[in-house]
Amino acid sequence: MAWLSDRRAATLLVFAVIIAALPLVFPSGYYYRVAALVFVSGFAAIGLNVLMGQAGQVSLGHAGFFGIGGYAVAIGPAHLGIAPWAATPIGAVLSAALAYVVGRPILRLKGHYLAIATLGFGMLVALVITTESRWTGGPDGMPVAKLVLFGWRATGASTWYWISGAVLLIGAWIALNLAETPTGRAFRALHDSEVAARVAGIDVARVKLQAFVVAAVYASLAGSLLAMMNGFINPDQAGFLHSVELVTMVVLGGLGSVAGAIVGAAVLVTLPQLLTVFQEYENVMLGLIIIVSMIFMRDGVVPTAARLLARRGQP
Amino acid sequence: MKPISAALCLVVAGAVAALGGPARAQQTVKIGSVLSVSGPASFLGDPEDKTLRMYVDKINAAGGVAGNKIELVIYDDGGDANKARTFATRLIEDDKVVAMIGGSTTGTTMAMLPVFEGAEVPFISLGGAIEIIDPVSKYVFKTPHTDKMACEKIFEDLKQRALTKIALIAGTDGFGSSMRVQCTLAAPKYGIQIVTEETYGPRDSDMTAQLTKIKNTAGVQAVVNTGFGQGPAIVTRNYAQLGMGAVPLYQSHGVASKSFIELAGPAADGVRLPAAALLVADKLPDNDPQKKIVVDYKATYEATAKQPVSTFGGHAYDGLYILVDAIKRANSTDPKKIRDEIEKTKGFVGTGGIVNMSPTDHLGLDLSAFRMLEIKGGDWILMAPKS
Repeated sequence: MAWLSDRRAATLLVFAVIIAALPLVFPSGYYYRVAALVFVSGFAAIGLNVLMGQAGQVSLGHAGFFGIGGYAVAIGPAHLGIAPWAATPIGAVLSAALAYVVGRPILRLKGHYLAIATLGFGMLVALVITTESRWTGGPDGMPVAKLVLFGWRATGASTWYWISGAVLLIGAWIALNLAETPTGRAFRALHDSEVAARVAGIDVARVKLQAFVVAAVYASLAGSLLAMMNGFINPDQAGFLHSVELVTMVVLGGLGSVAGAIVGAAVLVTLPQLLTVFQEYENVMLGLIIIVSMIFMRDGVVPTAARLLARRGQP
Repeated sequence: MKPISAALCLVVAGAVAALGGPARAQQTVKIGSVLSVSGPASFLGDPEDKTLRMYVDKINAAGGVAGNKIELVIYDDGGDANKARTFATRLIEDDKVVAMIGGSTTGTTMAMLPVFEGAEVPFISLGGAIEIIDPVSKYVFKTPHTDKMACEKIFEDLKQRALTKIALIAGTDGFGSSMRVQCTLAAPKYGIQIVTEETYGPRDSDMTAQLTKIKNTAGVQAVVNTGFGQGPAIVTRNYAQLGMGAVPLYQSHGVASKSFIELAGPAADGVRLPAAALLVADKLPDNDPQKKIVVDYKATYEATAKQPVSTFGGHAYDGLYILVDAIKRANSTDPKKIRDEIEKTKGFVGTGGIVNMSPTDHLGLDLSAFRMLEIKGGDWILMAPKS
């Protein structure tokens, strides 16, 4: 059982067990829905974490790719006669291509400038989706065709729970492995010091672009999944607030930690559901919890918890 | 188990435990609602929320409906369609409501529609656009007037004034663009010709360029502005600044509130718009069938909520009473029976108009539900209905 001592395998195993066991305690379909939302958001957050946590580059326009993936599965079947399962990879390829083209110039920027450039990119995507109403249904959004695989229709919250759960595990597995490849190590070198990375022979521009494209593909796939799960999409999915939400998930959960991205998504998706008991103070409580956790857990939930537990383990 | 994993298990277990709801009470009929109480559409959701709470308390104090007390479950979607969709699932799966009122916007309504249609639970939407009920979904109804009706009401008035060539200026938000499409579709039926079309962004602060273009287009006899929020107020101000006052300006029902007059100032003089009777409650003639209901609602709302009445809260009032009447007639809390009775609603007098539903019409309002108003000296003037 040597593979169990590997942290990657252990993390994956824990999530697989959680995903398999959760339905045992679910009293109704609503819980499947919330959990599936956590998985989809978690998937997008894992991707963004590759860019932000591993490679240390910020993106405030990531929902743009999320929206492209979502609208790919909406527009493909509705206007172009492409099956939803085929539209999903098309959306991902489109996002990757766009990330490549856009990323080349804007990833030369650093810090605030990069943040503003990605922000502008995200807004542009949302703007195009909102105005091209002939294709996208405009600001009120459009319906999305059901996913049909070999004559089997994917409907119902529990079906999507299993689909998104499986996709999340695959996404986590890839991201965990990526961190241990030469590319992943190059990401981390870049994160620590761009100059040192360049001195060590890393093609900084290329590596940044790789991280950006990977993150874009993750977001695009998550967008496609959510759109098919909801059977509906509107431009909010590509909007600035959604970008900020994704960034918050990554930062709250813990930069650089795959488990952190999933936990961050879990917190941000379930909290509004739990806080409904506070009625009109809901948003105040949500803000308060996020502020307090960022003050006391500056590295994010998962890294802080891991450190605390490790410290307690020592004599 | 590794320490990090143990922490994770705790977090997830805690979240699951906290998600479990409280035990259910007996002898109640549960009505759900998902409203945009906060966020950019709060001007819709807030009065709707207040109205529902206010009147459910009233109905319960008077003994409830068909022997059951109403239990109201309201969730705030913050204007986010994805969140609304989750709350809709929660209402159906977890709260097990028998009917739903809400969906403050067209966007949130369209996102929730498949949930209620799939679960076969009646859903009375408060969203504006016609897509909600056209094509008709078996379990979906709505109370607010459609943008198509607003266009037709305006065109009716234009026809009366023998004006046939118009310019259209539209906001690019959901409301403005949806109404623009409806107006374009309805125009030929009234013999109206749209000579030119302009658009503006919902947050633009100056529309002089678009209006100048309209001003320089030959043959424009009237201008129709579709949009809500601050945009139409700016259009109105720019319109006066450009000295276009000789050409009649029409606004939509989307700006039918006192704040529009305040924003547009004296420039609003002479602007016409279609609006629900609620806006001019005290100016209605005594023999108007809606007079009593709108005056009562206005007085109750303003006394309890301590803020001026809006037509949006009125839509929630109509939805609630259409539902309560249907539950009474069905004498049952079976969602399917309630749905059948909602569809049979006839001659219901609400704040929005007189509702006559049918299997092909899940709104049930005709053009008489709109009153044509003109703004004069900072107040509404009720135009005499067409004889």
